[in-house]
Order: sequence, then C-alpha cells, then structure tokens
Amino acid sequence: MTTRIVELRRGILKKNDELAAGLRANFVAAGVLVLNLVSSPGTGKTALLERTLRELVAHGSRAAALVGDLETDNDARRLASSGAPVRQINTHGICHLDAEMIGKHLEGWEGVALDQLDYLFIENVGNLVCPSSYDLGEKVRVALLSVTEGEDKPLKYPTLFNSADAAVITKIDLAGPCAFDRETALKNINEIRPGIRIFETSAKTGAGMAEWLEYLAEARSSARD
Amino acid sequence: MHELSLVTSIVESVTESLAAYPGARVLEVRLKVGALAAVVEDALQFCYGLATEGTALEGSKLRVNLLPVVMHCVPCDQDMQLEGVQSFRCPRCGEPCSDLRQGRELEIDSIEIDEVEVKP
Repeated sequence: MTTRIVELRRGILKKNDELAAGLRANFVAAGVLVLNLVSSPGTGKTALLERTLRELVAHGSRAAALVGDLETDNDARRLASSGAPVRQINTHGICHLDAEMIGKHLEGWEGVALDQLDYLFIENVGNLVCPSSYDLGEKVRVALLSVTEGEDKPLKYPTLFNSADAAVITKIDLAGPCAFDRETALKNINEIRPGIRIFETSAKTGAGMAEWLEYLAEARSSARD
Repeated sequence: MHELSLVTSIVESVTESLAAYPGARVLEVRLKVGALAAVVEDALQFCYGLATEGTALEGSKLRVNLLPVVMHCVPCDQDMQLEGVQSFRCPRCGEPCSDLRQGRELEIDSIEIDEVEVKP
C-alpha cells in the first residue's frame, strides 16, 4: 500500500451551485426578477408577500410565488387570494430550499411561463441558518427581521444577513409595544452588511410598502443584466 | 442543521473521485470551511461517522480547515482579515467593507488515500 494525497478542490455544494447557475441564466433570459425571501419562522414573510403580490397584481404587474414549508399548503392557499399564481413546495423535514426543488417546481406549473412574468418570489423555509448556503438562482436575496425579534438578530445570524442584498424590517406597527430600538437595529444590520438597502414595512397598515414596491420596480428593470 | 446533507455530498463526491484509484481506502478528507459558511464543525464530525459507514470512506478522519473572513478595504487598497463575523469593518481604518474575498468556502480540498499497488 502507498499513501497518496489527491487534490480535489471541489465545492461541497457544487451540484446545487451548478443547478442554480442554470436557473439564473433562464431567469435572466426570461427577464423575470427573482427574489429569495429568508427569515426566521414568524417574521412575516407570507404577510409581506401577500400584500406585495396583491399590490403588484393591482398595478398590472405579472407576479408569481413559490413558497417553501416543511408541511401543509396553508401559505399557498393564503397567497392565492392575491390573484397571483402560487405553488407550494413541501420539503418534508428539510430545513431549506435548494436549486433542484426550485427547478422541479417550475416545471409543469400550469399557466406560468417565466418569460410572461415580471416577478417571481421564492419564500424560503423559515430558518436563519441553512438557507444562506443554498443559491436558488435568485437575483435578490432579501433578509427579513421583525420588530418582535430583537435588534441583535443580524449579529446573532451574520452568515445570513451578510449574504443578503436587501433587508426588510417587518411589523413596524408593533414597534411601540415591543419597545423596538430602531437605531440599534439599523446599526446592527449595517455592521454585518454595510450599505445594504433597508426597508421598514407593515403589511398590516401598508406603511413602507410604497418604497418597497418602488425598489422592486427598479430591480425589475435590471433583471436582464 | 443541514450538515448531514453536506456530509452526504462529501461522501458522493469523494466516492466519485475514487474511480481513478480502484480498491483505494480513504484515510482522511480535508475540507476548507469559511467562517461565513454556516457550518458547525462538531455537527459535521457527528454526521461523518454515520454517513461514511459501509463506504470507502469508513473509518477515515475528517479534517476541517477553518478560514477567517477576508475583505478588501478600498481606502487601504488591501485585503484585510477580520477577527470575527460581528463587524464588517476594516480592522485598520474602520471603514465598512462589502467586498468579500474569503469566508464562504465550503469545499473538499484534498483526500489522503491508501492505494493498492498494482503488480507489474
């Protein structure tokens, strides 16, 4: 027997990264802006998405959503009331979405063609750790943080916040009762991801939605880049 | 949390690369893991024994080389190593940095194998 060192230099998530690169090329060619929404469970991804889809549809934009959860199609049914096509992805225990799941659920999605869409939202499984490693081919990764969670969430979960392209502070209508320290939250996000665009919204009252929708429209115009 | 699926990919990947070395046994697998890779070494090690059972990797060691975050600081015009992941500022001038040069790695660097000698 002889001992030998074999250099591999191979990404552990190579398969996912390759699939994601393929998806990204399709999204860019189709001119659809794809966003990956990530947060802890209960931050309000579905509520933000529900309101966003409703407003986009009302303004004549073509939007669709894929929603990830371990079990149930509750979110898909809730979001479908917006009028946008929505498809549920059940991961059955897996703590994140991966590029293969996205590819599979885009196939055979009745009434949905990528080149007929302006926006495709992917609501990830509620988890602030694992989704940060899995590229889904999105153009924009959005990290959400609610005022009920505590201002130090970005410091506790830097891997996710550092990989985000935009951040949304949700449930700002509850900021008062929660004694939410806005300045500290903004500072913490900026400490982990300097210069990131931050939005402050309430899906309930509609506060901050105009800025968020304006950002989406801007990002949409460069979806082919 | 997703360490078991990572370890499973490691086993698949290493097994594939062993095709070029028939009968070889793996002694050690060496990984490069960035500080922002969202991976916990203990969890990897815990899953490794289970995932390698009954494969050519059974009994091998998993060695994890942790890489710190390196950012490019524009004012200093230099790559700077950060001490942790709590503040993305240049440790020299204090300017915020957003140009990541190292820290997200999640790769199999190399493997050490015991090769079967082929008699001429």
